[in-house]
Amino acid sequence: MADLVSHSDEVKIVSRRFGQGAANLDRYLELDGYKAVQKALSMQPDDIINLVKNSGLRGRGGAGFSTGMKWSFVPKTAPKPKYVLCNGDESEPGTCKDRLIFEHDPHSVIEGVMIAALAVGSQAGYIYIRGEYRYLSNIMQKAIADAYARGFIGKNIFGSGRDLEIYWHGGAGAYEVGEESALMESLEGKRGIPRIRPPFPAVVGLWGGPTVINNAETLASVPHILLGGAEWYAGLGTPKNGGTRLFCLSGNLNKPGVYELPMGYNLKKMIEEVGGGIANGRKLKAVVPGGSSTPVLLPNEIDVAMDFDSVAKAGSMLGSGGVVVLDDTTCMVKFALRTIKFYQHESCGWCIPCREGTDWLKKTLTRFHHGAGQKKDIDNIQYLAENMLGRTFCPLGDAAAMPTIAFVKKFRQEFEDHLDGKPCPYEKNVAEPALA
Amino acid sequence: MADVNITVDGKAVKTPAGTLLIEACKSVGIEVPSFCYYPNLSLQGACRMCLVKVEKMPKLQTACTTVVAEGMIVTTDSDEIRQARKGMVELLLGNHPLDCPVCDAGGECELQDMTFSYGAAESKYIEPKNHREEQQWSPVVFFDRPRCILCYRCVRVCNEGMDVAALGVQNRGVSSIIAPNNEDHLECEECGMCIDICPVGALTSGSYRYKTRPWEMNHVGTVCTHCGDGCKTTLGVRRADTGMEIVRGDNRDKSGINNDFLCIKGRYAFDFANHQDRLTQPLIRKNGQLTPATWEEAFELIGKKFSAIREKDGGQAIGVIGSNHTTNEENYLLQKFARVVLGSNNIDHHRTADFPAFAAALRGRANATASMRDVYNAPAVLLIGNDPTEKHPLLAWQIRSNVRLHRSRLYVVNSQPIKLRRQAAGFQLIPAGAEGAFAAFLAGEDAALASLGGSKDGWTALRDKLKTEENLVIVFGSELREGDITALVKFGSAVPGAKFLALADYANSRGAADMGLYPDLLPGYLPVAEAGKFHQEWGGIPSAPGLSLPEMAESAKAGKLKALYVVGANPIARFGIDPFVFSKSFVVVQDMFLTETAVIADVVLPAANAYEKSGSVTNTSGDLQLVKKAGEVTGTKGDFEMIVRIADAMGFDVRQLVPFGRGTRADMGQTRGAQSGEADRHAVWLEANGLELKMSPFDPMAILDEIQRLVPGYNISRLALLSGNDQQTNFAASGPAVAQKPELIVPAADGLFRSGTLGRYSHTLHSVMENKDRQPSEEVAAD
Repeated sequence: MADLVSHSDEVKIVSRRFGQGAANLDRYLELDGYKAVQKALSMQPDDIINLVKNSGLRGRGGAGFSTGMKWSFVPKTAPKPKYVLCNGDESEPGTCKDRLIFEHDPHSVIEGVMIAALAVGSQAGYIYIRGEYRYLSNIMQKAIADAYARGFIGKNIFGSGRDLEIYWHGGAGAYEVGEESALMESLEGKRGIPRIRPPFPAVVGLWGGPTVINNAETLASVPHILLGGAEWYAGLGTPKNGGTRLFCLSGNLNKPGVYELPMGYNLKKMIEEVGGGIANGRKLKAVVPGGSSTPVLLPNEIDVAMDFDSVAKAGSMLGSGGVVVLDDTTCMVKFALRTIKFYQHESCGWCIPCREGTDWLKKTLTRFHHGAGQKKDIDNIQYLAENMLGRTFCPLGDAAAMPTIAFVKKFRQEFEDHLDGKPCPYEKNVAEPALA
Repeated sequence: MADVNITVDGKAVKTPAGTLLIEACKSVGIEVPSFCYYPNLSLQGACRMCLVKVEKMPKLQTACTTVVAEGMIVTTDSDEIRQARKGMVELLLGNHPLDCPVCDAGGECELQDMTFSYGAAESKYIEPKNHREEQQWSPVVFFDRPRCILCYRCVRVCNEGMDVAALGVQNRGVSSIIAPNNEDHLECEECGMCIDICPVGALTSGSYRYKTRPWEMNHVGTVCTHCGDGCKTTLGVRRADTGMEIVRGDNRDKSGINNDFLCIKGRYAFDFANHQDRLTQPLIRKNGQLTPATWEEAFELIGKKFSAIREKDGGQAIGVIGSNHTTNEENYLLQKFARVVLGSNNIDHHRTADFPAFAAALRGRANATASMRDVYNAPAVLLIGNDPTEKHPLLAWQIRSNVRLHRSRLYVVNSQPIKLRRQAAGFQLIPAGAEGAFAAFLAGEDAALASLGGSKDGWTALRDKLKTEENLVIVFGSELREGDITALVKFGSAVPGAKFLALADYANSRGAADMGLYPDLLPGYLPVAEAGKFHQEWGGIPSAPGLSLPEMAESAKAGKLKALYVVGANPIARFGIDPFVFSKSFVVVQDMFLTETAVIADVVLPAANAYEKSGSVTNTSGDLQLVKKAGEVTGTKGDFEMIVRIADAMGFDVRQLVPFGRGTRADMGQTRGAQSGEADRHAVWLEANGLELKMSPFDPMAILDEIQRLVPGYNISRLALLSGNDQQTNFAASGPAVAQKPELIVPAADGLFRSGTLGRYSHTLHSVMENKDRQPSEEVAAD
């Protein structure tokens, strides 16, 4: 279990019950648990949706789509059952926030799923948890069982006459399944490959029924919005970027950890103050602002507000909140290789550009980092990534291509330093085999 | 649905709403490349080759998954698009072995074509390619992963098209691999659809691989000679020491009633033609031994013997048995030869369905027979008896495709839980032999319920439901005979637009029946006693019915039948006749092999098979199609020529038998079977200009004229037939019912991998069966 950190700039909303034993249902109830869903039961579905819309809550999984808007796309009536899915397949390197929610506040996820279900008129929800989070599954399963035991979920919830079933489902170890339609395939017991869209999940989703799928942090935020109100939540962040989010600070920092900060918090300040600055007195070299798939930022680019729109303007993405900080001892070629290795391993293989492209990038970067690179390889790496960008079946290809292009563009000199059989300037001994 | 207007590359395109963009482009001649898109299979969007620019969309879109929308403006060719496609080809070639010089697909490979179109000649990679060893999945299916581009066509056609699901995808990412769902081997129908649908050389066939280059073959479009469904197949033919060798069968041009479908027989089981036991010399029995002889000796002997017997004992002392595999022209000629030259109605064949009863029931009704195309298009299908998956693979494919693509409703009534029940909206299990009772129940005879089992309400509900269907196609097996068929047709009259289809077992079973290989029926099921126009054309022919096949054996046993002439049949084996009953008769057999019947013959003539001759055949649903000659095996002759030569040797005026070259000009010479797989253009041209095709007494086209003129139901468009189309014949003007003995109908014991004598001499079918037999006892070794 990870140690919790804190900082005075934090605004604790999603994380307010962290470290307080809220996985225990009684404790959760003491901490205002299940009040929001009881309030939601007294509201009209459209009012819930509008409240969430007005709060400015945007998807915390990475794409940043308006949550209320997403809910409003679900048809009011449908011939097939409607579903609410909680995407807990947190797998993006650098991102480690949902796990804390599952560990410290599992009932908030259940409550979020319930409110979403009430908003869209669904009677079944699934909480899908990454396969590698086995120890969290136990916590989550117990939370669901406890909620059933009290009659909070199941038949006639809170005596309202409404039925709502909630199920837990574990992944089998695939990053790709974090993509919403691949998650549905996985949930249906099939290979985890994405679906053709349209139709979008709001119309045709799980088992062919209209489906709302939200990130765990997004859903865990919803009960707080219901209790605190849309205006209060929206006011915490910047325009169109309501509320707070969990930022996962990692890398060469003095105080890495998960911090809940208002949307739009300055990245430079986040690194220097919240994260305690670069460890061991080294200099900052680069920052990956939103998980490994987001383009890297240089030290002169980090004076940026951490909300979806500002980071996009700066040429990267807010993504899933994984801020990876690199100091000047980092070999960017090796970092690029490490990044692409992940995507090569996790590509589902469905479409040509992602399947073949990530493999060739890995092969080329491996050789390159080993010191057997040629000058044209640098262009080839960029060419290869550009051929993938925007042309793959799902965003995984983009997730591999975008950072790669940024590494080559922003650190070309460093790539050139690896040429002509020179050993990696950052390592005396190259541990990577020439050909994996 | 309403039409939608879009613009593609500046062209205005009007297309029905719901059309896929890739199809809309195709409709105006703009080809958008693709690997994974395949019409009638589920969409994948995996190969990313069909990327096009759709205005207002930030990224390139896949044309194969985009549905047209009003006002859509599309660009299919630009620098950006070409680069995207080139990029895909580069990536594919990166791990591709580039063994095109030895690859089966070389020269007809979609990856080669794409490379040619988009130019990815230079590899940007210097790392070793990923490699995997080749695998053999069955006697006929091999898989070479390095060549595979993962378009998933094979998986889909097996799953969606065949309803077999023998293939799947294993692993992920760059390790993804197509794999049998059953460990290391296929448990399937061995249809080979996966091989033909493969755009590259990843899936190759056991019978064809590494045999030839595609451009070294002649490609001949003809009709499969195995079951009664009549699939078009394109044979790949090479020269060989024996004259020719067929090395491949496929229907990649999607011509004919079967689109791209073929089963194992059509795709691989042509190898009987080059079997080592094939007869290539006439044999004459001398001193009790069959001894090689010349054709002249053989014909002279037969002519002399047949003439002598006819003079001395009359035509009734000679029996003739025809074939289910020979062409309509040969069958027509054979019965004409029997009746006119020999003066005998003793002619019969191996019957596998009660066509006389069927024809009589539909007499006077136009458009009452269902074609194979109807089975694919009908809104509802009722199947009584038979197991099409085993015995009529194309029919099964048509039904499955109809259900899958058109949401047709299938009703199955069978004594076995046949595989097609999986597509059925309703399936009713009945006791074996109760098919007729079901027909009677449908016709309103509620007493028949007693033999059906189950609840009365259930059966009544089914009957009521069927009555509400429109354009219902009623398909029935040979379990239904005589009165059963009459009852079924009576029921069908109450269903608007209902059509019928009777299932018979061999390639030209229907043609043999239509052409009058019956002792009591002339062509078109006209009774011999009322010969009418045939009397006028042919002069006097005997009006008393002749002997049926078992009666000929009885007659021979009694010493009355002095001669037996068997053309392409094996009655000794099929009917279990004691061969010694013919020991006093003069027996002539025309066959490919020394069958159980041929070994007792006095003269054996080596015959060509259906792949070595031209003519026409009629499939079980009455679709008339042209067969084309793929080549000759040295030393054999077609049955048509042999019949004419025997008539000639008997001193008969051949012109009376085959009306060839009658007073017309045909200065372009005789048509040869087209060797290109396309329409016989020369014949089409001649026909269109009112010129005659026939210059030789051995030309089957010469007698097709007479068939079309005299045989009811065969007056179809000759132009359409010669162009390679199927033409539906009908029973509207057939003769009235003549009571038949139902016990004379003996269904073939064939299945998916069995095909009578032809199957017996097919190495491929044997290898598949042996492999299947072995599997249950063999333990799969643990890794």
